[in-house]
Amino acid sequence: MAQRKGEQVAEYRRENDPPYLYPDYVATRLRAPKKPLVILPRTLSDTTGPAYGRGAVEELDHDLTRQHSGEPLGERIIVTGRVLDGDGRPVKSSLVEIWQANAAGRYTHHLDQHPAPLDPNFSGAGRCLTDGEGRYRFVTVKPGAYPWKNHDNAWRPAHIHFSLFGEAFRSRLITQMYFPGDPLFEHDPIFQSVRDPKARQRMISTFDLETTQPEWALGYRFDIVLEGRAATPMENHR
Amino acid sequence: MSAEPTPSQTIGPFFHDALLDRDRSELVSPDHPEAIRIDGTVYDGEGEPVADAMVEIWQANRAGRYNHPADDREDLPLDENFSGFGRSGTGEGGEFSFSTVKPGPVPGPDGQLQAPHVMVSVFARGLLARLVTRIYFPDEQEANAADPVLSSIEDRELRRTLIARDEGDALRFDIHLQGDGQTAFFEF
Repeated sequence: MAQRKGEQVAEYRRENDPPYLYPDYVATRLRAPKKPLVILPRTLSDTTGPAYGRGAVEELDHDLTRQHSGEPLGERIIVTGRVLDGDGRPVKSSLVEIWQANAAGRYTHHLDQHPAPLDPNFSGAGRCLTDGEGRYRFVTVKPGAYPWKNHDNAWRPAHIHFSLFGEAFRSRLITQMYFPGDPLFEHDPIFQSVRDPKARQRMISTFDLETTQPEWALGYRFDIVLEGRAATPMENHR
Repeated sequence: MSAEPTPSQTIGPFFHDALLDRDRSELVSPDHPEAIRIDGTVYDGEGEPVADAMVEIWQANRAGRYNHPADDREDLPLDENFSGFGRSGTGEGGEFSFSTVKPGPVPGPDGQLQAPHVMVSVFARGLLARLVTRIYFPDEQEANAADPVLSSIEDRELRRTLIARDEGDALRFDIHLQGDGQTAFFEF
């Protein structure tokens, strides 16, 4: 029985997630496994998980514009949304971690060689816990597009990396949030690796006037749905 | 109301400052009387080390209980100081390392016990979604032989990739993403 349900979920995930091997994204060629994946039956080992992951979150961890003595350059934005399970139920008190390039398209990372300026007032890393309704909120600046060496004249569309734990090992997700209307979408193999156009849309935030604060910052909404109860009903572990 | 899941995307090469700013590779101090070390290297399809991967583990405590509300077996002790979660980046040589304790056996799919194991997620540039695998223990031959998940893998070579090697002062669990000796990876 567990096996059958496991198979259903596997199909569900495959439809939605990109394939491991997507040759247009060159780095997948030597890193994608070639042997068939083994179906893992549902047990306590994966219906539990590191719900709180990383311990205490500091008060200012959600505000990437206040981590230094001055304010970072760029377009200040608010990014907010809800983390939901497959039933549309809120995922509460769950850790959300983000990282991104600065407004010029440069990461603080020592391996980022893009000749765009670093911003001494921007590190580009944040974290927060979802509230009782699964809601999270970050204040940051809009990241710039940046070049990479995947192919000739390759540029990544502006994006923010999101890392989520959800309620169980099964629901662990790392993804990227994009901004609406980016002309680079059609040229980006990482974005295009998600084959279903509707699924691709679910990685794009929406501009939200309600979240936007007058005279201060534009608001973007990005809801995240983790693998959850709808597809995988709980079973008796004993 | 059902909701469609958000697709996975690669962790990329620039996650270190955000995800590895604190060391989470010691689930217990190496001085802990029951501490074990699990070392490994992540390799690509050409046998080159993967220097920009992140490995996460999740496991039960020594009694076989998970530190999570869904594990409500109150007859088993819970150690609040043992979260069961660890995270390690890979270094220049693709290496990662955890200090932890050996987990106890945990319930399996049909009421039978599973052999002691550690759940593993691998993230890296070039991995569009995480890879999931498991670490089993070399001193558990009997339990491993009866384990429902190990037994479900018909290919013996592939099954063997899930059992760590005893190197005396540490266990070794190398992860081969592709090619000869590829590690067994799971899907849900």
